[in-house]
Amino acid sequence: MRRALWVLAVLLSHWRRHKMQFATLLIGLIAATALWSGVQAINQQARNAYDRAAATFGGVRTAMLVAPDAATFSQELFVKLRRAGWPVSPVLEGRVQVNGRSVRLLGIEPVTLPLDVGNAPRLGASDLSSFVAPPGQTLVARETLGDLQEAEGAAPPISSGAKLPPLRMQPQLVPDVLVVDIGVAQRLLNKPDQLSRLLIGKPKGKPAPLQSVVGDQLQRVEPNAETELERLTDSFHLNLTAFGLLSFFVGLFIVNSAVGLAFEQRLPMLRTLRACGASARLVNTVLVVELVALALVAGLIGLVCGYFIAAALLPDVAASLRGLYGAQIPGQLTLRSEWWLAGIGISIAGALVAAATSLIKAVRMPVLATAQPRAWQQRQRRWLILQSGAACVVFAVALLLLYYGQSLIAGFGVLAALMFGAALILPAFLEVILLAGQRFARKPLALWFWADSRQQLSGLSLALMALLLALAVNVGVSTMVETFSRTFIGWLNGRLAADVYISTSDNAQGVAIRSWLKERSDVRAILSGGRAEAQVQGQPVELLGLPDHALYRERWPLLETAPRAWTRLVPGNAAFISEQLSRRLNVRVGDVVEVPAPGGTWELDIVGIYADYGNPKGQLAVNVAALIRQFPQTPQTRIGLIVAKENIPGLITALQTQFALDDRSVADQATVKAESIRIFKRTFAVTSALNAFTLGVAGIALLTSLLTLANSRLPQLAPLWAIGITRPRLAAIELTKTLSVALFTSLLAVPLGLLVAWCLIAIVNVKAFGWRLPFHVFPLQLIELVAVALFASLLAALLPVARLARMQPASLVKVFANER
Amino acid sequence: MLSIRNLSKTFSSAGEPVHVLRGVDLDLKAGERVALTGESGSGKSTLLHLIAGLDAADGGSIRLEHTEVTKLSDAGRAELRRDRIGLVFQQFNLIPSLSVADNLAFQARIADRHDAAWSKELVERLGLGGLLKRYPEQLSGGQQQRVAIGRALATKPSLLLADEPTGNLDEATADGVLALARDLVARTGCGFLMVTHSLHLAGTLDRHLTLHAGRIA
Repeated sequence: MRRALWVLAVLLSHWRRHKMQFATLLIGLIAATALWSGVQAINQQARNAYDRAAATFGGVRTAMLVAPDAATFSQELFVKLRRAGWPVSPVLEGRVQVNGRSVRLLGIEPVTLPLDVGNAPRLGASDLSSFVAPPGQTLVARETLGDLQEAEGAAPPISSGAKLPPLRMQPQLVPDVLVVDIGVAQRLLNKPDQLSRLLIGKPKGKPAPLQSVVGDQLQRVEPNAETELERLTDSFHLNLTAFGLLSFFVGLFIVNSAVGLAFEQRLPMLRTLRACGASARLVNTVLVVELVALALVAGLIGLVCGYFIAAALLPDVAASLRGLYGAQIPGQLTLRSEWWLAGIGISIAGALVAAATSLIKAVRMPVLATAQPRAWQQRQRRWLILQSGAACVVFAVALLLLYYGQSLIAGFGVLAALMFGAALILPAFLEVILLAGQRFARKPLALWFWADSRQQLSGLSLALMALLLALAVNVGVSTMVETFSRTFIGWLNGRLAADVYISTSDNAQGVAIRSWLKERSDVRAILSGGRAEAQVQGQPVELLGLPDHALYRERWPLLETAPRAWTRLVPGNAAFISEQLSRRLNVRVGDVVEVPAPGGTWELDIVGIYADYGNPKGQLAVNVAALIRQFPQTPQTRIGLIVAKENIPGLITALQTQFALDDRSVADQATVKAESIRIFKRTFAVTSALNAFTLGVAGIALLTSLLTLANSRLPQLAPLWAIGITRPRLAAIELTKTLSVALFTSLLAVPLGLLVAWCLIAIVNVKAFGWRLPFHVFPLQLIELVAVALFASLLAALLPVARLARMQPASLVKVFANER
Repeated sequence: MLSIRNLSKTFSSAGEPVHVLRGVDLDLKAGERVALTGESGSGKSTLLHLIAGLDAADGGSIRLEHTEVTKLSDAGRAELRRDRIGLVFQQFNLIPSLSVADNLAFQARIADRHDAAWSKELVERLGLGGLLKRYPEQLSGGQQQRVAIGRALATKPSLLLADEPTGNLDEATADGVLALARDLVARTGCGFLMVTHSLHLAGTLDRHLTLHAGRIA
């Protein structure tokens, strides 16, 4: 043991003399672990939230009985089933407005509630009586309590005027849900003796067959391992994971570079250790122990950084998930022990992978092998052809995936293959450019410039690959976001047809407001809309009621239409379908969609397809009058108004005064548009942050490579200094060389980035969200990104170049001494 | 103490076999100091490497005290080097990241045979007292080689092997370094086999052997 410790001390002594190399290794590991575990922390937080939501008093994680048309059913069926030995528990669900905010109200019956309904709040014996006995309790999550601006114990009224039982905080409960006793729910929702579903517990014996008890009035729904929300958000999390993985690999590039160089520099030390009697097994074991120990320390620091990154990004991610999918994610980060262990594990595994080639070389190293500092880079030249061949194979895989892949994973596969292939081919690409430069160079210094750049290439190639990937991702994602932004704003201008939007608390208020508006001369038109929900081919679909008005015909954007589409909408037997739903159901213009409605099946001819960006639900747009005929319960609480621009402020003030409407209930088009754009921008804030992180890590990779190369560059530079080229001039040449290769890399990154953007727009977005955007190129944005990359390279090159410019002649003279 | 019989070693160069050693026989007694000379490529260094277990022989036997070196595993050869052999190279092979003091103690610590009194004596005899906190790059060639000799003798080995230990030193320094090595070898009583190109230095040892065409001439 003492022997091993002594060998470890000797190995560690290398880092004492090479502090920058040590810092490089740690920075690489910390950056890789931090970005990866930060993204994983966010994903874990979101998935925990989905789990909580799914398991809320028998969500989709519990088997249940529901009415075939998804409507409510009589409580009698519950009684019949209990008598027949079915361990069922009733649930009634609906929405209520509290303090102007719409929340989900869930009525449960705690006595019969199955024990295995997931991680729902447990009601103890003492809690049970206060929950059931008047005035009862309303269980609410901490976040919702805050959103409703109410304190525990308060009994706020809902829009009908009835009061909720006193609020009681339940930390485990999912946000945006109020849980009350079933009797209270039936009263508040005005659905006496009605139920939404029956949760099924574990039967003790064998109950009578379902059909013999309730006929076909109820059907069994088996529990789902994955919720609709999880399916919808998969792509978002996959996207984040892809970013995390990219940053992780860029970090490992740094580690690989540092470990490779350290190994070569320590070869004489390893040889001496072996010559002095340390066995190969001992030396190799200690090398691994050293690496694992460093990875452990860096992993812990990386995890702490990852925690802060996740905490900083979480509010934006939560906003994105809420905006895109309606998912509620708590804003406060809670982490499980698995996250810490996985983070340490990934750091150690990453370090071992990055150091694998060096460790294998150490294991195989014959004791008489001569130390060849930098030989590892020389050998890389042999790999150039092999690497280019591998790049061609990877590009072929990308093509195959493009043509034959159908899934989202295949889409990401195309992206990964493209980037990996481009990274592999980069050294060959740069070699060709530098060789061409060398061929055309005439002056001796210029000739040296190109030749020396080529020689330096192998040492910089990993860092340049990192720069290429980071810049390509930046170009790709920025192009996609900009394309989306412009398309979205154009689409929003068309969709927001009305000048003023009103959202009433209930139908009665809607009727009152409409009557009042009809009397006003400044209102040119009143456009009443409505929304209902239905299940089409097993998928939740929103039915949007559109008023029949010329403004919609003129401005509402449609991607595809049948002839006379708007006219055919009016009678009520035709619909427009949202782009994402048309892809999900594989429905085109001319097809028929059957919608289960309370009065029977509603057949709708599809006469148009429209973009519906940002809506997690599939949507069918129908005539509003027809919608109300088919779904009489449709709330008529949405009103749009056409008003002359100068009359808008006055009308809004009058509405607010007359009907006590707040800013959320009445808003002009500009406000709604500004709010939508704000949400849109926040949605992509995470992407921008991760973009910046990735580019930053690539900059660090370049800096560390340049710093580690700086010392070994002296033998190349000293002869030039000896023949009369000043140190500042040498430094300037070095800077120019670094910027040149960075520029050439950037020039390859731009077309690669545009290809990435095309993949994101044409493949990934379509598979993930169901939207296809038009592809645009933004030259100014590209110039800006290349400039940022060059600036990052300039910053990375400045420190080693400044050191060279200030280097003492004695250091350069040493090159000519025989002791090197 | 050291007995070599019919030792052979062949390398491959550009696909052609090169017979470096063709049946070397050599004996060395405890405390005996032997110089080995020969033209470049005659196999002097190879012979030293085989004795130290740095490389494996193709045939023949090497017996150090009661141990048959050619039969040892890689780990066994490492143990042999650690505990019973001291090695000095032309290129010094000090560990650049360790101070002189740590370099001196290096092998003794690995062998778990650190003897503070002997280390102190070595430092004094080698004249390294004022250099203990320095690093190898801050030393002259002669000073570095004195540290290498100290490191090799710190374990009081049975055999000291030196491969051109003065090859990088000027004549005066080389004489000084070798005189120190001779004294210390005499003090420890270990065997000493030195490969050298210098006939002058070879003449200062007890016996002078020449390797020619793979055999001891």
